[in-house]
Amino acid sequence: MSASHDHEIDIDHHVKVYIRVFIALLVLTVITVAVSYLEMSPPAAIALGLFIASVKASLVACYFMHLISERKLIGYVLVLTVLFFFFELLIPLVTEGNNLGMG
Amino acid sequence: MASAHSIDDVIPYTVAPREDTGLNNVKLGIWLFLASEVMLFGALFAGYLLLRVGATDWPEGRTYLSVPWAFTNTLVLISSSVTMVMAWASLIRKDLGKYRLWMGLTVLGGFGFLIIKYIEYSSKFHHGYFPETNTFLAIYFTLTALHGLHVISGMAVNGYLLGPGTKMWQTEPQRFTNRVEAAGLFWHFVDLVWIFLFPILYLL
Amino acid sequence: MTDHAGHDDGHGHHEELGFWRKYVFSVDHKVIGIQYAITGLLFLFFGFCLMMLMRWQLAFPGSPLPVIGGLLSRGMPGGIMLPEFYNELGAMHGTIMVFLGVVPLAVGGFGNFVLPLQIGAPDMAFPRLNMASYWSFFLGGAVMFASFFLPQGAAQSGWTSYPPLSNIAPSGQTAWLIGMIFLITSSLLGSVNFIVTTIQLRVKGLSFFRLPFFVWSQFVTAFLLLLAFPPLEAAGVMQLMDRLAGTSFFMPDGLVVSGNALEVSGGGSPILWQHLFWFLAHPEVYVLILPALGIVAEIVANNTRKPLWGYKSMVYAVVALGFLSFIVWAHHMFLTGMGTIMSAFFQTTTMIISIPSVIILTALILSLWGGSIRFNTPMLFALAFLPMFGIGGLTGLPLGLTAADIHLHDTYYVIGHFHYVVAPGTIFALFAGVYYWYPKATGRRMSEVLGKLHFWPSFFFMNGIFFPMLIQGMAGMSRRMYDGGMTYAHNESVLWLNKVISFSAWGLALAQIPFVLNFFLSLRKPKEAGANPWLATTIEWAAPSPPGHGNFAEVPVAYRGPYEYSVPGDAEDYTPQFDPASARTS
Repeated sequence: MSASHDHEIDIDHHVKVYIRVFIALLVLTVITVAVSYLEMSPPAAIALGLFIASVKASLVACYFMHLISERKLIGYVLVLTVLFFFFELLIPLVTEGNNLGMG
Repeated sequence: MASAHSIDDVIPYTVAPREDTGLNNVKLGIWLFLASEVMLFGALFAGYLLLRVGATDWPEGRTYLSVPWAFTNTLVLISSSVTMVMAWASLIRKDLGKYRLWMGLTVLGGFGFLIIKYIEYSSKFHHGYFPETNTFLAIYFTLTALHGLHVISGMAVNGYLLGPGTKMWQTEPQRFTNRVEAAGLFWHFVDLVWIFLFPILYLL
Repeated sequence: MTDHAGHDDGHGHHEELGFWRKYVFSVDHKVIGIQYAITGLLFLFFGFCLMMLMRWQLAFPGSPLPVIGGLLSRGMPGGIMLPEFYNELGAMHGTIMVFLGVVPLAVGGFGNFVLPLQIGAPDMAFPRLNMASYWSFFLGGAVMFASFFLPQGAAQSGWTSYPPLSNIAPSGQTAWLIGMIFLITSSLLGSVNFIVTTIQLRVKGLSFFRLPFFVWSQFVTAFLLLLAFPPLEAAGVMQLMDRLAGTSFFMPDGLVVSGNALEVSGGGSPILWQHLFWFLAHPEVYVLILPALGIVAEIVANNTRKPLWGYKSMVYAVVALGFLSFIVWAHHMFLTGMGTIMSAFFQTTTMIISIPSVIILTALILSLWGGSIRFNTPMLFALAFLPMFGIGGLTGLPLGLTAADIHLHDTYYVIGHFHYVVAPGTIFALFAGVYYWYPKATGRRMSEVLGKLHFWPSFFFMNGIFFPMLIQGMAGMSRRMYDGGMTYAHNESVLWLNKVISFSAWGLALAQIPFVLNFFLSLRKPKEAGANPWLATTIEWAAPSPPGHGNFAEVPVAYRGPYEYSVPGDAEDYTPQFDPASARTS
């Protein structure tokens, strides 16, 4: 993907994909605002909100940041990072584990 | 700059990718930097989660914050991400004029985002909502201010690449394209963080 | 073959840089490495001085300190130490030793100087970023140092800066946080540079399993810095907000200070700071130790004239160490009231992480077996590292067990434990590294006589300092006691050890005089070390000593693994990685 001649060949295709992703992001943004006005239970609302955000983030990462066609090495770095990111999110669990009946 | 050139001359893979990794130094470097940024915002998200789970009651974002403004800002930032990637695509098509147009729009988008953020902040202060008011506003101001600093840094880099940095296009077009790509990766990341901040702070 | 010394100036066709660009704002990794190393050594000395002052108070509580005490009028009026000043010294000793002494020397100094040379690179991947990294570190150090001159002095809430105490502490704490943000930025820039350099700039033939162990250790260290430091940066930002913007991230409800209720919104969690701090600070422990293991591995292989025993196991172990170091942090927090399931989890991961440490140490000890060992100064320090690090590591196990930790937590046992890892452990390895690579950096050898005069007393006094601490701790003496623990009756039987420790500490200071003399006097010797004075195999010894701009007269190629010593059938007892002459490839 990094070699420049690759881009020259399919850059028009790329641009089409960018436009489609842009439209998808706009639609998802509207949806996420719309569902937030529905009367849902907090856990369901949080799960849905985060799910839509994750879809949008994946679109940005995969297409705007070209992760979908990026070299493996970048993927390894990111897998490692995401893993440690989830370790980070263990922090609240470690603290509140007792109160949530896990102690 | 003369001596700086002599350093770059001796370092391999500043522009062309290394065969076995398929990457140039800049691409790998910017991704590693973004990895550390993930951990930075991750820590603040973890803090948010811990404080929220531990709180006796947690306000709905809407009671303090303006969803319409934030919605508009989301659109602005997403659009500036698209213009950024179009700026890069214009360089691939060797069209510097189009590049300037798209990059200019990207920087403009950054300004738009900051202006809206300023309107939001001043309306909060006007209503007497400050970081010390409660923990929700504390995390709101900290996260958005940190994100705002990232927007400003991204704009500084993009502004440089739009202005004086463009000179490099004449001498080393591939290297300049790589720089724009790296700046774009950072800018998309800033967008990506906002995509999470918007629902977490305003909607949930 | 190995003598390129004649080519020293052979490729100096670049225009001559002025003094400032060449020695101060340099982008050359070797100059930056030496800048880091010297700044790091100075801060190590400064941090040690803070500790020597504290040891006076602990050995002779409340007695005026002659001569020096008179110079420190703010903290020691009449030569008698104030409790606040004692706290400042303690907090800043820890901060300076870890963040301004050991890490800059181990990673910034040795990493910058040695790593590009060992992989045959002309420089780091991003030279200007490298310079920015040093100057960011320098600014951080300057802020920390300057904070002593604030009206109420430097930070005094311990190097861990636990809130709420740190939130309500005087302005020195703000300076500490700002200094830390500079240091963290420096580490982040540095770590990106190290990783990219290692991955991208390896010369032809230098596959990952031909990398010297030192490079592996720096590589893993860089990942730890990259991914573990940001949480502390976030925590630092939150504490700054607490202190400057009045937020309550770490301030719980209903906090009363000196009889008055604090006017804060509350609802925060002091435990959140501890989590974010230790999420960094446990990987940080491995940042302190991995480069040391790397240095020792190089020196052991070189001076036993044998390949490292179990090189591949060591590599796997160092990677495992790095990975596991991210999921053990809460073992510092067993006594914060976390549930039994959580503490069992962290106890288990803590026991598991000791396995790769033991693998590395065992491999290093087994490497000695059957070697014809050269007992030069670097090797003496490296050999001393092995049992010292062993004691440090093994004394850590009881702290990782929740039941034993209840007794030992926050006692002098903890101090003894981690100092055995870092002081006679890491710092000995760093001294070994200075003696080992000094000829590469300067073209001159250091004196062996002065080196041995440095080593033996240091070895003696180091143990004189830290072993008694283990005894005091097991007797129940708490750390951070301004009066040395004399108010508690249960300490009575171990109080006399305070004097032993203090005199050992001052003795250790005297033992550094031969080192300082050696370091400077050796600079006056002729440059006769040659490219490869230790008859070593790794690629840095292909470059002239000192290496010129761009490092190598011609780009080296790696033909074999890093430690081909005493290959049967070869005329010499070492076959360098960069030597094409031998047809033998592994």
